[in-house]
Amino acid sequence: MTSAMTDRLSARFAACKTAGRAALITFVTAGDPTVADMPAILDALVEGGADIIELGMPFTDPMADGPAIELANLRSLGSGTKTKDIFAIVTAFRARHPAVPLVLMGYANPMLVRGPEWFADQCKATGVDGVICVDVPPEEDAEIGPALRAANVHLIRLATPTTDAARLPAVLNGASGFLYHVAVAGITGKQQAAQAAVEQAVAHLKAATDLPVAVGFGVRSAEQAAAIGRVADGVVVGSAIVDIIGSHGDAAAPFVKDFVAALRGALNANSPHFRETAL
Amino acid sequence: MPDESEAMTDTPILSNSLRSQPDASGHFGSFGGRYVAETLMPLILELEKVYKEARQDPAFDAEFSELLRSYVGRPNPLYYAERLTEALRADAPEGKGAKIYLKREELNHTGAHKINNCIGQALLARRMGKKKVIAETGAGQHGVATATVAALFGMECKIFMGAKDVERQKPNVFRMKLLGAEVIPVISGSQTLKDAMNDALRHWVSNVHDTFYIIGTAAGPHPYPELVRDFQSIIGKETREQIMALEGRLPDMLIAPVGGGSNAIGLFHPFLDDAEVRMIGVEAAGEGLHGKHAASLAGGKSGILHGNRTYLLQDEDGQITEAHSISAGLDYPGIGPEHSWLHEIGRVEYMPITDEEALASFQKLSALEGIIPALESAHAVASAEKIAPTLDADQILVVNLSGRGDKDIFTVASALGVEI
Repeated sequence: MTSAMTDRLSARFAACKTAGRAALITFVTAGDPTVADMPAILDALVEGGADIIELGMPFTDPMADGPAIELANLRSLGSGTKTKDIFAIVTAFRARHPAVPLVLMGYANPMLVRGPEWFADQCKATGVDGVICVDVPPEEDAEIGPALRAANVHLIRLATPTTDAARLPAVLNGASGFLYHVAVAGITGKQQAAQAAVEQAVAHLKAATDLPVAVGFGVRSAEQAAAIGRVADGVVVGSAIVDIIGSHGDAAAPFVKDFVAALRGALNANSPHFRETAL
Repeated sequence: MPDESEAMTDTPILSNSLRSQPDASGHFGSFGGRYVAETLMPLILELEKVYKEARQDPAFDAEFSELLRSYVGRPNPLYYAERLTEALRADAPEGKGAKIYLKREELNHTGAHKINNCIGQALLARRMGKKKVIAETGAGQHGVATATVAALFGMECKIFMGAKDVERQKPNVFRMKLLGAEVIPVISGSQTLKDAMNDALRHWVSNVHDTFYIIGTAAGPHPYPELVRDFQSIIGKETREQIMALEGRLPDMLIAPVGGGSNAIGLFHPFLDDAEVRMIGVEAAGEGLHGKHAASLAGGKSGILHGNRTYLLQDEDGQITEAHSISAGLDYPGIGPEHSWLHEIGRVEYMPITDEEALASFQKLSALEGIIPALESAHAVASAEKIAPTLDADQILVVNLSGRGDKDIFTVASALGVEI
């Protein structure tokens, strides 16, 4: 198992819990709009107050993503992003931000094209803390799970509104890092989940696992983030940030930072220690 | 599982049979599987359960068979193409030139093999209580077949079609609308078949509670490759009975075009355990294997897309590369997982045929036999033209004429520089 000293994900969730607030998990697509823009955009996320960085690996056929992230994938690939560039982005990020957890999110084919061991080794060598593979369900775990576990990289699983109580143990078996609750049965960035449904789902998941539970898909505003942050251990915001990058391109960093700061402020406001942490 | 298969196949399947795939987890060797988002997994598992029950239910098979008879027009003929056979013999060495039969899938209602599968899946949708169906389509043949069965079963129907294909295939778009379907142009990616499939999956994942996805080929997450194959196996079962009645023996060779490969697997599957029957799957080589093409086995490698592990056209980073074929039905960068397996174990041979060769055969079959083949099927005819002269004159070759070519006359005219 990953030692507590080097497990940035557990450490960050624990620190947020101590602070009495949910972790802010922010998503951007690697290489969007170009690889050269990434240091500024990732630094803006951290400076704005993101706790965990979720870095999307672009794919030609992002079937689980809505238009915002699909366009980000196309912008990135269109500007020539390669897999080696993504790991270079991670290496540079890790040098600048040794303590900020970073997880890769993407699709199986780009991850596995050189074999799962190669991918897991790259993750370990560059400082990736966890991997979310959208189209490898527990039934196909053998494709990627064993290699990641051997490299001490968390395999982060998804639970959805269609994951019923009978199926949940299969999802949790082999899950680590945190559990990602997909709040809507759908694609990224489209519909918003009803708060009551999110609260009920999070309660069920937390009863079934000790892993932190983060909620994503359709979280677009500081108000929504705050509401979800009152019940979940983490809140994932993706498409809304990606839209800002889509609008502002290589000048997006300051806008990203402001938006993330607003999200973080809303989560801080949930904290009973808000006065102290704000000072 | 031999006992479970009996309702849908004529003979019991032994466990060492090539017809016993996929395994319990939906794999054909290392191919197939269930690579979908978690949201879809429970539905995929339910579909598998419902399909297993349906296969054991004689009433399901009876209704399927009756619709194939009275609505689709089955059995369709196995036709001896005498003039094509003789024309090839004329240029072949003495004693060479196999006897060529055509399996006339193009005579089905809606003009292709696609309807066989759509009837079967619509019956499954009804069994699962789903009132809405969706489908992806390239040239529009699967879209038309899906819209047709949706009309027949009184189901709401949405067809996802690349915006480029909507523009290229206006007659089929109008047909689908006449049949009551909504045609949704897909503007993402390359705006062709693979993007239509992406958007159909996106719609499905957002509407799993009331929507059934009628996948058009023997691909996608398990159990689709298996159930599409089973529904299309009527092609091979009829061929087997018909050739026994006509010739008193099995054919020496079967030839079928392969995009996703549902017509081919439907013809091949009932013959897989007959070692004396050679099988050729014909891939679209487009401008040639060194140019733009759609030959996933000849020019691709194993990867994961659209729910299954199979051969894919992709670059070194696993990004999917765009396919090309003059035939919109073959213009897809993947292939059904059972074909990938049959290729790897060597049971089926796969050969590439270029746009140019298919165009020549399209015209040749029209002129010699009075049958205008779909461009997809013309690929198989072209392959037969190459192979028949190398076989003895007493050998028998069956070509799957998977669809009719009326939909392709504009494409062919344009390729030949004719204005219509």
